[in-house]
Amino acid sequence: MYQYDTHDQAMVDARVAEFSDQVARRLSGALAEDQFRPLRLKNGLYLQLHAYMLRVAVPYGTLNARQMRMLGDIADKYDRGYGHFTTRQNIQYNWIKLEDAPAILADLASVGMHAIQTSGNCIRNTTADHFAGAAADEVADPRPYAELLRQWSTFHPEFDYLPRKFKVAIIGSDVDRAAMKLHDIGIQVVTNAAGEEGLRIHVGGGMGRTPMIAPVIRDWLSPLQMVSYLEACLRVYNRYGRRDNKYKARIKILVHEIGAEEYRRQVEQEFAHILTLGLEPPPAELARIKAQFADPAFDRAAPVAIDLSDPDFALWVDQNVHAHKVQGYGIVTISLKPTGGIPGDASADQIRLMADLARDFSFDELRVTHAQNIVLPHVKRTDLHAIWQRLDEAGLATPNLDLIGDIIACPGLDYCSLANARSIPLAQKISARFADVERQRDLGELKLKISGCINACGHHHAGHIGILGVDRKGVENYQLLFGGSEGADTSLGSIIGPGFSEDGIVDAIERATQVYVAQRTDGERFLDTYRRIGTAPFKDAIYG
Amino acid sequence: MSADRFKILTGNDLLTGDVTWWTGSGWSTAVNDAAPLTDDGAAIITAEERAQRVVSAYVIDATRDAQGIRPAHIKDRVRALGPTVRLDLSHRPHDPAATAWIA
Repeated sequence: MYQYDTHDQAMVDARVAEFSDQVARRLSGALAEDQFRPLRLKNGLYLQLHAYMLRVAVPYGTLNARQMRMLGDIADKYDRGYGHFTTRQNIQYNWIKLEDAPAILADLASVGMHAIQTSGNCIRNTTADHFAGAAADEVADPRPYAELLRQWSTFHPEFDYLPRKFKVAIIGSDVDRAAMKLHDIGIQVVTNAAGEEGLRIHVGGGMGRTPMIAPVIRDWLSPLQMVSYLEACLRVYNRYGRRDNKYKARIKILVHEIGAEEYRRQVEQEFAHILTLGLEPPPAELARIKAQFADPAFDRAAPVAIDLSDPDFALWVDQNVHAHKVQGYGIVTISLKPTGGIPGDASADQIRLMADLARDFSFDELRVTHAQNIVLPHVKRTDLHAIWQRLDEAGLATPNLDLIGDIIACPGLDYCSLANARSIPLAQKISARFADVERQRDLGELKLKISGCINACGHHHAGHIGILGVDRKGVENYQLLFGGSEGADTSLGSIIGPGFSEDGIVDAIERATQVYVAQRTDGERFLDTYRRIGTAPFKDAIYG
Repeated sequence: MSADRFKILTGNDLLTGDVTWWTGSGWSTAVNDAAPLTDDGAAIITAEERAQRVVSAYVIDATRDAQGIRPAHIKDRVRALGPTVRLDLSHRPHDPAATAWIA
């Protein structure tokens, strides 16, 4: 994985010094809150319902064991012993003291981490396929491009005050594991018949108040022109994106209002101009970055066959271990969704354990997934049993990946000042209702996503089953959506009818799964059955 | 508005970020210490924010029940209690009825 050079380190160190001074001036009274607020947000420090919350960046969801260990240590030293992994592949701490924030950033900087690009109307941290560089189905590794995007976008002066925040996702496989088409810009690394790498660029997707799937704006782009092309995309947005209405300020609204064709025409015009300026990094720089993502020293003779006689272990392997591009290896997903637990939360000890496992068994590498789980990307199959045992002892071996228990949930009204309703208690109740793993496996892939407000941090639009919490005259109410997907078959869910109370929606989901079981054909997922038979049978069963 | 409603003042402690409630002479982390506002809330906010004691202060409606002061809106009740999914970190860690108080 990428290692900071002296420039990277100097930038984050300088940022720590700068923010330390800003905090000192706030505490002395030299800065009022109105002056300080945008400065703290630029460093990921929000004021939430109960305390300050620090959002730490994990660029493209990749980190090493030392960095992961530091995240655990920060949870102990400055917070209340846990952290929350987010749908943006980051981690948040919920109980931060203002006076501690500079010291936390210094600790993060000591391991090449920071909280930059986690807030504000800038280009946010790029997200990526969490199986990048490991998946058997991968066409090309997107991480070098993600890293180049990081270097291009960090502190980019022209794009520091965009009309709204701007999110980029990148994948290198036809299997979309990053909700790529639901981002402001989605990039897919593809290859042509000659085996050359190119980039397919989608622009104008997003969730939130107005969900949209990003259309293709460029079907093929030379990777060496990526920076210039994105510069053009952003420049057109920065020029014409609305600043008078925050609900219409995202690029998806611009692309929708002027049309993809017109947006493309303007981008191409700008792109032609930018190409004359020579902004692209030299090919040697991309080569330098690519070299840092070279495969680790895989044992090409590692055996594939392992002892699966322990049924609990076999279940976990079947559900939570994916095919690796190298025979004899697997990709382990550690579920942060224990039955009845809080999606995405991990204790300091659990975080440090995962760091140790990465160091000992996965070439020192971990990934944070947008589904709020943790990945060990390169694990010898012969090491799986030892890993599983240690995870099981720590309550981290729930075999529910991509099942109904693997729920995405935003922090909701338990923590978030923007939320209208609680998300986590609902996730806990659904998880408990469907606690039987065999029942979950019988239901098959079923992605359930919960947001506590229209901002959709819980990706409810993209859930096979989505839940949106709303405030109905001061009472929490939950709307139910069916038919969303964030994968290669991206679709947006639709609200199926009147909303429910917290208990009512758990019953409604149970009835929906009964309809699915009764109506499914061989091999159909819940989503497939819903798409085939439509809403009516589900509404009949739920609203009767 | 119901006749038994009154106004109280809440915010966050500048240093710790803790939720705080205006007691009439200072700030407390316990909602039951909140004092019904008799003065101009905006003036208190201005003075207290200027004195660096509180941030993001605002006036809310509340009522009084058998357990004490109850903020009118659920968001403020969650602020008063703490996260309902981590009662161990809340202001009522040993009260199984605490979550019901939110709804």
